[in-house]
Amino acid sequence: MKHLLSTEDLSLTNAIRILDTAEEMAAVGDREVKKLPALRGRTVVNLFFEDSTRTRISFEAAAKRLSADVINFAAKGSSVSKGESLKDTAQTLAAMGADAVVIRHWASGAPHRLAATDWIDAAVINAGDGTHEHPTQALLDAFTMRRHWAKLSGNGSIGADLKGMRVAIAGDVLHSRVARSNVWLLRTLGAEVTLVAPPTLLPIGVEHWPCKVSYNMDETLEQGVDAVMMLRVQGERMNASFFPSTREYSRRWGFDDNRLRALDTLGLKDTIIMHPGPMNRGLEISAAAADSPRSTVLAQVRNGVSVRMAALYLLLSGDTREPAASVGEARTNTARSTEETN
Amino acid sequence: MADNNGTYLIRGAAILGGDAEDLLIRDGVIAARGAGAATHADAEGATVIEAAGLVALPGMVDVHTHLREPGREDAETVETGTRAAALGGFTAVHAMANSNPVADTAGVVEQVHSLGRAAGWVDVRPVGAVTVGLAGEQLAELGAMADSRARVRMFSDDGICVHDPVLMRRALEYVKAFDGVVAQHAQEPRLTAGAQMNEGAVSAVLGLTGWPAVAEESIIARDVLLAQHVDSRLHVCHVSTAGSVEIIRWAKERGINVTAEVTPHHLLLTDDLVRSYNPVYKVNPPLRTDADVQALRAGLADGTIDVVGTDHAPHPSEHKECEWAQAAMGMTGLETALSVVQHTMIETGLMTWADFARVTSTAAARIGRLADQGRPLDAGEPANIILVDPAARWTVDPAKMATMGRNSPFAGLELPGKVVATFYKGHPTVLDGKLNTPYRESAAAAAGAA
Repeated sequence: MKHLLSTEDLSLTNAIRILDTAEEMAAVGDREVKKLPALRGRTVVNLFFEDSTRTRISFEAAAKRLSADVINFAAKGSSVSKGESLKDTAQTLAAMGADAVVIRHWASGAPHRLAATDWIDAAVINAGDGTHEHPTQALLDAFTMRRHWAKLSGNGSIGADLKGMRVAIAGDVLHSRVARSNVWLLRTLGAEVTLVAPPTLLPIGVEHWPCKVSYNMDETLEQGVDAVMMLRVQGERMNASFFPSTREYSRRWGFDDNRLRALDTLGLKDTIIMHPGPMNRGLEISAAAADSPRSTVLAQVRNGVSVRMAALYLLLSGDTREPAASVGEARTNTARSTEETN
Repeated sequence: MADNNGTYLIRGAAILGGDAEDLLIRDGVIAARGAGAATHADAEGATVIEAAGLVALPGMVDVHTHLREPGREDAETVETGTRAAALGGFTAVHAMANSNPVADTAGVVEQVHSLGRAAGWVDVRPVGAVTVGLAGEQLAELGAMADSRARVRMFSDDGICVHDPVLMRRALEYVKAFDGVVAQHAQEPRLTAGAQMNEGAVSAVLGLTGWPAVAEESIIARDVLLAQHVDSRLHVCHVSTAGSVEIIRWAKERGINVTAEVTPHHLLLTDDLVRSYNPVYKVNPPLRTDADVQALRAGLADGTIDVVGTDHAPHPSEHKECEWAQAAMGMTGLETALSVVQHTMIETGLMTWADFARVTSTAAARIGRLADQGRPLDAGEPANIILVDPAARWTVDPAKMATMGRNSPFAGLELPGKVVATFYKGHPTVLDGKLNTPYRESAAAAAGAA
């Protein structure tokens, strides 16, 4: 594993390894000094072509807790907005000796281009690309679900998967990189996924995905579910006729107060409510649901740092990194000698 | 070349893949064919080309080429594009109208036409725009382009669909006045806003905005009915879906005057390649599924699809070395068309070399109303001939191509078939698989043509 580009091609072994490592990293976050020296002297670039303060600061916190040097490169207001190409940007970062590039991009596949071309040799972490994937989000969601699932079973999290867990992912699947990454990763971990969405917000071809599809939120809840993940829905989608109005959307597909009560009447006392954030309170999720004890929203944010620490650690210093080519080795040696002089 | 008065004796070429015969070329025409060619009075002093094992075919005619000049000479010029065409076995190309300025006036089409004549590698037939500036609002001066020295007969807003049904109807009606044809780029614009690739199983996974088959099929269905209603001639560019083949088959059964084209890349490649996010596979219409590929092959074999058109679309490297969504659409195709068609249609047993001549030359010349192209290889006919080595195998290397475009989706593939010689108006523009010299009009011929 040289890069972390998608969960579609992430093996069960590597997924469990990242989650287990994240558990160790979480322990660091509980200490008084929240810092490890693991990536001292290594440079991590947060290359963001799209605004996402939450994801950027999560990666920044993760890299800093591992003692890496962090460079934040926001493409807006930089040379990129003056027409510099991804290729030139990547080669510039390579020339500066970036060891890892955390890339957020509005275009699906941009991280794959960085990884597949010879523009830069650094490890590439996909921090969300277009409507394609957001693998670290799915990993932090899985981490959150695994802790919950392990607690219910009375066993520990380490080494565990999500076999038998029933997960509903509801909302704008069509435009959601979070939904895609979650479907693949949850399949790999053995969970049973149901997508709940208006037919307009499901992609053509979804019938080939390893999950069930429902147009009815209430039926999905009645059939029993252990986690409900609500996806962010942009109200402007109604202008392109994906749904008639935000009110109709909320009534049919939102997680409102009635559905929060339904979990109790259905006897689903351990069902958790998840959201990747940022939330549209009153649209896809009611305030009561978001703030209920079932909500894992803040735990997800906290776990995000641990999971991103694990990803950075494993890609930059872990044993899963394949031996680099000769050029890469030379550069690694340079990095090491820099570390010694510091 | 030694001074041989433009006389060539091709010995033992399999004519259209049939029996080996001799062909004598002199003064731009086929002087003799068969046993008498070698002993023909005109054969004296002829340059002899031993063609045992080679197939002789009429020079290929591309109904769909982007030569980029005027305006994007950094992507291709008439000179480089027609060199590529000659190497690929073409003796005529239709230069699409989406240049800058757009080929929507007699002046621009005459410029492209004269650039083609000056280059001398193939017959360059400019395609006129249907609407002013390809804007889809007002008819261009189709009659002026038809009457110009370029003698335009094919009109297309290719790259953009003539989506306004009234405008399409008027265009179809109007071109009847000069035996023209409207070549439609069938793409319903509202159904394809922001489209990046075929809409289906792969686009769902990749998170790229889909280009649904129905956006092509609905326009074709409308246009064949319009062509029937006004009794005119419609050509459908780059058909890419199984459903489109069905609609065109239906239209032809009803006697509607419609012709259709398929590109080599749609005969071979599928949208699975987009999983790499490599923009070399980005093209419009997009690569489809294997079921579509099979339907297109069957349609070409049974005559539902009349011709192969390359949709040769060179781009500078910076338009492909970027994110998928940022990349330009289009692929080069002139220098790989013959090989891809041999690979997909002949080596699969779907077609013979005689069928190949039909879909790459005869039918294409008829659509473009090119009297001197796509002719039988018989005595007295114009000598637009290619010699092909069907046993050759080669690995596609875009860096070695004559086109300025390096965006070949076939890069690295081993393909069969190699153009050994191209005769354009009796002159070898390609010999031994390499560019020779361009055709030069004699003063008398030039005067006659003007």
